[in-house]
Amino acid sequence: MPMTMTQKILAAHCGRDTLAAGYMILADTDLVLGNDITSPVAINEFQKAGCDCVFDCGKIALVMDHFTPNKDIKAAKQTKKVREFASDKGIPNYFDVGEMGVEHALLPERGMVTAGDLVIGADSHTCTYGALGAFSSGVGSTDMAAAMAYGKVWLRVPSAIQVRLTGKLQKHVSGKDVVLHLIKLIGVDGALYESLEFTGEGVAALTMDDRLCICNMAIEAGAKNGIFPVDDKTLAFLSDVGAKTPRVFAADVDAAYSRVIDIDLSTLESVVAFPHLPENGKTFDEIGDVKIDQVVVGSCTNGRISDLREAAEILKGRKVAKGVRALIIPATQKIWLQAVKEGLMEIFVDAGCAVSTPTCGPCLGGHMGILAKGERCVATTNRNFVGRMGDPQSEVYLASPAVAAASAVMGKIARPSMLKD
Amino acid sequence: MQLTGNALCYGDNVDTDVIIPARYLNTSDPKELAAHCMEDIDPNFHQKVKLGDIIAAGSNFGCGSSREHAPLAIKTAGVSCVVAKSFARIFYRNAINIGLPIIVCDGNFSDGDTLTVDLTAGTLQNKTTGENYTFPPFPEFLQKIITAGGLMNAMAGGDIA
Ligand code: SF4
Repeated sequence: MPMTMTQKILAAHCGRDTLAAGYMILADTDLVLGNDITSPVAINEFQKAGCDCVFDCGKIALVMDHFTPNKDIKAAKQTKKVREFASDKGIPNYFDVGEMGVEHALLPERGMVTAGDLVIGADSHTCTYGALGAFSSGVGSTDMAAAMAYGKVWLRVPSAIQVRLTGKLQKHVSGKDVVLHLIKLIGVDGALYESLEFTGEGVAALTMDDRLCICNMAIEAGAKNGIFPVDDKTLAFLSDVGAKTPRVFAADVDAAYSRVIDIDLSTLESVVAFPHLPENGKTFDEIGDVKIDQVVVGSCTNGRISDLREAAEILKGRKVAKGVRALIIPATQKIWLQAVKEGLMEIFVDAGCAVSTPTCGPCLGGHMGILAKGERCVATTNRNFVGRMGDPQSEVYLASPAVAAASAVMGKIARPSMLKD
Repeated sequence: MQLTGNALCYGDNVDTDVIIPARYLNTSDPKELAAHCMEDIDPNFHQKVKLGDIIAAGSNFGCGSSREHAPLAIKTAGVSCVVAKSFARIFYRNAINIGLPIIVCDGNFSDGDTLTVDLTAGTLQNKTTGENYTFPPFPEFLQKIITAGGLMNAMAGGDIA
């Protein structure tokens, strides 16, 4: 029976030769992830069920990234609980302030995911690692507890939408614009319960950071996972970060897809998703003068070094508009240090930006940049739901790092071509 | 199993950020979470929700974050069941795993309608309008998790394989 790439990885993790969409399986996990918000709930469930040992302490990653450095006493109590659990169970991959980063930037960077892996995480953006040719999907805290105890997860085998990419992106257009364009096309539930499988000659021209950004937002179309084929760029990335030996799976040529979508990358422009859904994408011919109060460059979607370079290129020698707060949040310590080495930090500070230690912070309205009623923010994050970054009457506009940086300078939603000189 | 309650109606794409805003996620105490349930979409929810009430919503209910705090807050607030045209997948699995009854049903409901749900028979009756609906049973695999009383029990008992 012909299978999609996702179905092949799932089959390999439940000891079957073939699988079809709709099957329910109990699959083996290669990595189980939790953060400072979801792990405490998972630990409660783990303890309530009387579990004592974890299935494999090397296959669990606990990343304290949402409310850290602890924003208040309650948050401090939550991380303490996870810290103690990690130490009690001998889990080495516990990442706290000083070595942590936003989980979905951190795990690939540390070589913790390789092609062919099955990864689940109690965080919806766990789908990011599909960029590395892995099956990875967000689940809940009880799933995390069960996986920590038994190394297994229940899954319904998904059908897939094939996204065929051709062409090459123009300057200042990035993976973020590709995925915002796709979500605009199919809607926030356009891929509900399905895989988004990216293929085509356009894949080769996308950087690994573009692919990570695209898979990161697969969930914003309701997808179970997003996945890219493994090519030379993937293999080079995995070898650079010292990941385990990849297991390469490819979709059968005659695999069945519920739908095929073609995107010519060369025709794409900057896309901005207006409040309050990621599907509300607009191109600049549809955007008038939208004054803004804040800009955030960061998150698991766009807090990588290439994102910071893109923002710095635009901010270099320019100033953030009066009345706008611009926050730059490198996603990991390594990215932070790299930005220092490349002189990006100096550019940001000269331009009038604040630079933070890695944290999810404002992305989920946690801390470090909360919006007041009526305020507007252009953010490189992934969600613009009601109240996502603060007051229920504030607004988040999702965009690429290039658009965020240009908007910071102009004080309104803008793209780089709108800047003078 | 039969449930009866009054409908609290919402539209499409009710996301986990409005079900339980992240600013309250510095705790995992179900009672504290329940006190802020639905706050950003319906500030009076906590006052008006009564034990047994049924949330009736449009498509893609529970989209967004993986936070299990969302179904937990709904359950702890006293809601007996969520009826929606469709559910976002992580919310769907979280509800099954923690034992919050959910039903996929495209019906006509207004705030305050009295609904009776028979989970075993797969029927839903709107007593206020007299309309009757049926909904598909859960796949056998998920039924085992529900019968076991949640995922942790099902795993411990080897009920699913
Ligand atoms: S950066 Fe935002 S979307 Fe990513 S893991 Fe953190 S809170 Fe979630």
